[in-house]
Amino acid sequence: MTALLELRDIWVEYGDKIVLERVSLQLAEGSFVAVVGPSGAGKSTFLRLVLGQEAPTRGQVLLDGRPMRAECGPDRGVVFQRYSVFPHLTALGNVLFGIECAQAPVAARLFGAKRRAARDLAVEMLAAVGLEHSLGVYPAQMSGGMQQRLAIAQALVKHPRILLLDEPFGALDPGIRLDMHALITRLWQEHGLTIVMVTHDIGEAFKLGTRVLAFDKRRHDPHAPHRFGATVTYDLSLDRKNPPPPALVADLSGRLLA
Amino acid sequence: MRRLVDIRPQRASRLLLGALPIVVLLLFYLLASEARHADNPADKVLPTFAAMAQAAHDFTTQRDPASDRIVLVADTIASLYRLGLGLAIATATALFLGLLLGTVPLARALLGPMVAIIAVIPPVAVLPILFIVLGLDEASKIALIAIGIAPFMTRDLTGFVTGLPAEQFAKAQTLGANSWQLAIRVALPQLMPRLIEALRLSMGPGWVFLIAAEAVASDVGLGYRIFLVRRYFAMDIILPYVAWISLLAILADALLLFVSRRGFPWAHGGGR
Repeated sequence: MTALLELRDIWVEYGDKIVLERVSLQLAEGSFVAVVGPSGAGKSTFLRLVLGQEAPTRGQVLLDGRPMRAECGPDRGVVFQRYSVFPHLTALGNVLFGIECAQAPVAARLFGAKRRAARDLAVEMLAAVGLEHSLGVYPAQMSGGMQQRLAIAQALVKHPRILLLDEPFGALDPGIRLDMHALITRLWQEHGLTIVMVTHDIGEAFKLGTRVLAFDKRRHDPHAPHRFGATVTYDLSLDRKNPPPPALVADLSGRLLA
Repeated sequence: MRRLVDIRPQRASRLLLGALPIVVLLLFYLLASEARHADNPADKVLPTFAAMAQAAHDFTTQRDPASDRIVLVADTIASLYRLGLGLAIATATALFLGLLLGTVPLARALLGPMVAIIAVIPPVAVLPILFIVLGLDEASKIALIAIGIAPFMTRDLTGFVTGLPAEQFAKAQTLGANSWQLAIRVALPQLMPRLIEALRLSMGPGWVFLIAAEAVASDVGLGYRIFLVRRYFAMDIILPYVAWISLLAILADALLLFVSRRGFPWAHGGGR
């Protein structure tokens, strides 16, 4: 299988501080990649790199075999932990936004038949995440879980090649989080998505992922903590039927908490 | 024992508490005025309410010889025209520049320092320049209000747009928005309630600039009238005029708040 996304010997440095070093990866289409690691191990940097918010200091990012520009684009959707939806738009308006941007470059709004078609599409997407009864509701009136559902619908309406999730369920209650796990699994299967999800929760990573990447620093200089960057220390492929060896999960959890 | 900071008055007692200082102040004025008039029946510094009512009756019935309008009406129309136009120019300029500087880093780098410098110039200090360049007519007064308000409003709005969560801009770009769409669909709508907020705050300085300009060179206007009758020590006219100006300011503020609540319910805690 050809890689959808490829990172070739990526380094990310801020001045003296090295965040990521020697990261080489290939992500297959249709995979659900969970990224774990302790705070400051470059998980978020990795996500911003794939998103295009950040350019690597060295190395190359290839999307579909072509070098990717360091700029956000509609081929990569994203859901952040917070601020993923527009507070000034209703649920429907939030999902319509992506369609309107593509079809109305100047007015950025659709009218008449085009708007009705776009609206049908948006309503369908909102129904897929269970928000069909909240079309006219503003995000401020929604619970955290509803806002994240909306953010997912908003991203999926663009049919992104990759969906990036940055600790999307981190701020939610445990019960709601389980609902969201079921939702994202269903959407992943139904839409044939490729997902990269950064999470703090090891259990979540092993439950959802078909592949778990652990970022950590291989080398550590106690006198110069920024001297060495993090890289991929574990790269596990899972099928979602058989659980991973408990010893390995315990080992990883221990490392992350340390 | 409840702490002082935990005592929250109910609606009725809040109204009562709010009215209390105002009543005390009026009462205090009444007593002071009585005392002065007992001393000197011709006192002009603290006129009685009856004298003020008589003056108010005069300036709401007598006509201004120049415009053949009732004095108060002529003054109010002239002043509101200047203030309204000045504020409108300032608001439009600030909206355009704030949006541009807030969303486009290149524009911010180019124009930001200039706006910052202009914003620290005391506007009344450039009033003589405006009189020389634009003449003593309406243009210089309107320009003073616009120049006095637009720069700091621009800075406020720019700061607001740059302070919007970076996630929103990233998200909009992943949804295919170009720079223009980002500005008019993401930044502009969220800027509007803030613009009204900034306008409400600008009303105070706006009145100051208006009255300053009218005091220096004018032949009609609320500020002109106050400074004209000051020569005759006519406190019985000045005080009702000040009260009228305050009332206009309160009404304008309430109107802007109403527009913001109606137009942008999402910015005031939701609502459909």
